[in-house]
Amino acid sequence: MSAVLKRFPVRLDIRRGSVDMTHGSGGRAMAQLIEELFVRHLDNELLRQSNDQAAFAVAAGRMVMSTDGHVVSPLFFPGGDIGSLAVHGTINDVAMSGARPLYLSAGFILEEGFPLADLERVVASMARAATAAGVPVVTGDTKVVEKGKGDGVFITTTGIGIVPPGVDISGDHARPGDAILVSGSMGDHGVTIMSSRENLQFETSIESDSAPLHELVADMVAAVPRIHCLRDPTRGGLATTLNELARQSGVGMVLREDAIPVKPAVTAACELLGLDPLYIANEGKLVCICARQDAQRVLEVMQMHPLGGQGAIIGEVVEDQHGFVQMETGFGGSRIVDWLAGEQLPRIC
Amino acid sequence: MCLALPAKVVAIDAVNDTATVALGEVRKDISLALVEDVQVDDFVLIHVGYALNKVSPEEAERTLQLFAEAGLAQAVRP
Amino acid sequence: MKYVEEFRRHDLAQQLADAIGKAVDPDRQYNLMEFCGGHTHAIFRYGVQDLMPPNVKFVHGPGCPVCVLPIGRIDNAIQLVEQHDVILCTYGDMLRVPASGRKSLLRVKAAGGDIRMVYSTQDALAIARDNPGREVVFFAIGFETTTPPSAVAIRQAQAGGLGNFSVFCNHVLTPAAIQNILESPELRTMGSISIDGFFGPSHVSSIIGSRPYEFFAEEFQRPVVIAGFEPLDVMQSALMLVRQLNEGRHEVENEYTRVVTRAGNIKAQTLVAEVFELRRSFEWRGLGLVPYSALRIKDSFGGLDAERRFDMPAIAASDVKGCECPSILRGVKRPTDCKLFGTVCTPDNPMGSCMVSSEGACAAYWSYGRFRQSGTPDARESAA
Repeated sequence: MSAVLKRFPVRLDIRRGSVDMTHGSGGRAMAQLIEELFVRHLDNELLRQSNDQAAFAVAAGRMVMSTDGHVVSPLFFPGGDIGSLAVHGTINDVAMSGARPLYLSAGFILEEGFPLADLERVVASMARAATAAGVPVVTGDTKVVEKGKGDGVFITTTGIGIVPPGVDISGDHARPGDAILVSGSMGDHGVTIMSSRENLQFETSIESDSAPLHELVADMVAAVPRIHCLRDPTRGGLATTLNELARQSGVGMVLREDAIPVKPAVTAACELLGLDPLYIANEGKLVCICARQDAQRVLEVMQMHPLGGQGAIIGEVVEDQHGFVQMETGFGGSRIVDWLAGEQLPRIC
Repeated sequence: MCLALPAKVVAIDAVNDTATVALGEVRKDISLALVEDVQVDDFVLIHVGYALNKVSPEEAERTLQLFAEAGLAQAVRP
Repeated sequence: MKYVEEFRRHDLAQQLADAIGKAVDPDRQYNLMEFCGGHTHAIFRYGVQDLMPPNVKFVHGPGCPVCVLPIGRIDNAIQLVEQHDVILCTYGDMLRVPASGRKSLLRVKAAGGDIRMVYSTQDALAIARDNPGREVVFFAIGFETTTPPSAVAIRQAQAGGLGNFSVFCNHVLTPAAIQNILESPELRTMGSISIDGFFGPSHVSSIIGSRPYEFFAEEFQRPVVIAGFEPLDVMQSALMLVRQLNEGRHEVENEYTRVVTRAGNIKAQTLVAEVFELRRSFEWRGLGLVPYSALRIKDSFGGLDAERRFDMPAIAASDVKGCECPSILRGVKRPTDCKLFGTVCTPDNPMGSCMVSSEGACAAYWSYGRFRQSGTPDARESAA
């Protein structure tokens, strides 16, 4: 720490300072921001090398890479913040291929005027999330845009991972007769975000489910390497994810409404706003499609993991050239669970 | 039209003519400007941030009975 | 959730389905119009149609205030934002409705217009208080359920001297719409649409009471059952309508007694009467000019009337060429009769309001109807 102090005459005023254009200019101010804020929290061997890139060796095999931009508003919400979301989101994207995530990179676009205290809070949260998940942020970038051109901070994370041998998971592998499973309750994250936003206020006991799923996936894949599909139902919710998979695989699906886990508080919040939990984002859940005979085993393994305790089999894949996702309602009728059209907006009608 | 839901009154703010209602575990503050004589534990129908009417527990019970009897009533008719 | 979940019970649904199945006369058709978008939504969401016998059909009426608002009025709202720099507060439902020139409130917002979605008129008042230097206009839409909240806001704004707040009033009246449908030539003389009975709207009725429907039942000799909007309410009400039709009765019955009375909510009605008065006529999309069917703000509250505060010329806007919303709203044509349906006009790229609103016939048909036509085996068959 004293080595850093000697390099910069005055410490960064994180408590009262804010981002300004010099922090993105490539000069001393930017170097100080990186050292005293980013590296200090995200601290790891590769990052400390202070190169523009991180170099590392990997075992032979199939590699996976994924990238995700995070623009969530508000930045801080019950159960997480844009930082932890950015870490978990990309870890999950990598994990959905069955791969073990290795490293992350993080690019920050900061808005002029963004308080450094908030930035530190975000970065510290990222660091905690990365450490807890065992997936370090090894390289990054910072740019600053003029006030009014950003929403405080945008974060883009890219992750790489390595796929274990014998694992071939892809969205076009679903087959008629397969079972469809989810790892837990639907709609938690999106409802939490909506309840934190300005014009919709209500007190609930819901928090975001943002979490890294790679260890749950590792357990599932170790037990059943032949899993067909994995995907995390983020934007657009379960409904969108299932429609995507149905289309990719050229199949249809039939779900049972009663089998889909939804927390009572989420159900109530959705009733209030006229929203459907099936279309609401999740950040710590996954959808799994596997052969019918493997479903019970996958379910057991899921339920043994803390992040899969509410896991359930919710339906099955069927032959259908039109790719419809149908659902038997709890009421006894049936309905279509279609693609999300536009953005789900609260309605009065 | 009209997405309106029955919610339980859990607190009343007489000064502002508002109430806190609970729908399951979700709570919301709504206006009582359109209703009268609302007490805590009453159920009200809420729509766009207002209570529109009280929900009558007796009538709710009767309606549920009607549903249950529907099947039986048919058996009685020749 | 009390008073919600009990009215969705599967076992009772089955019982009611059996009762309806036994009650219907196999030799006749029962076409029951649900006027209220909430009923359309419940029917699709729970799959109520699947539990009905085949000779009972739900006909979707124009009970969607979003669908019946003429494009010109949305154009006016957009003008307020673009030309007068107001903060426009609106319910979420209006944001995606297409207006003229390929615009919508959402697109105008994306281009920088200050449009804010609110859940309540109270939110709009708060925005006005928080922005004393800006004009704030609330875009008021809806039937009689949503009108009292606008009345409250107008009175509060006047009493509180909130000088930068005004309301752009587009409130419409249910009985006038029902009358218009029942009097339409297609119904009366040509018989091309046949409506045997009505589900009365749930929450409009909680405000206006069941009394206003007595006129229709008598004049047009058709039964009306005021129906709650949970799926069991819809089914029970269908049973009540079937029974009335079998017995040749045409009365107003109330299934939604837990909320609706004959007189309605007098306090709300009084408030509305204090603030609003009838317009001589108002244009409804699909129905044309309908007399005494809409409200405007009274002179005594004229200071809060956006139409008086701002120059808002009447805009005679037309639907996109080929859009059949007007006919579809009246039940005269089906979504598949429209050339734009499924080609240019989809939920992602709606051309008309029937596709935007979740209660619009086209939006509903897009998912549900397409499925029915596709030949895909029904969920319940494959699950058996």
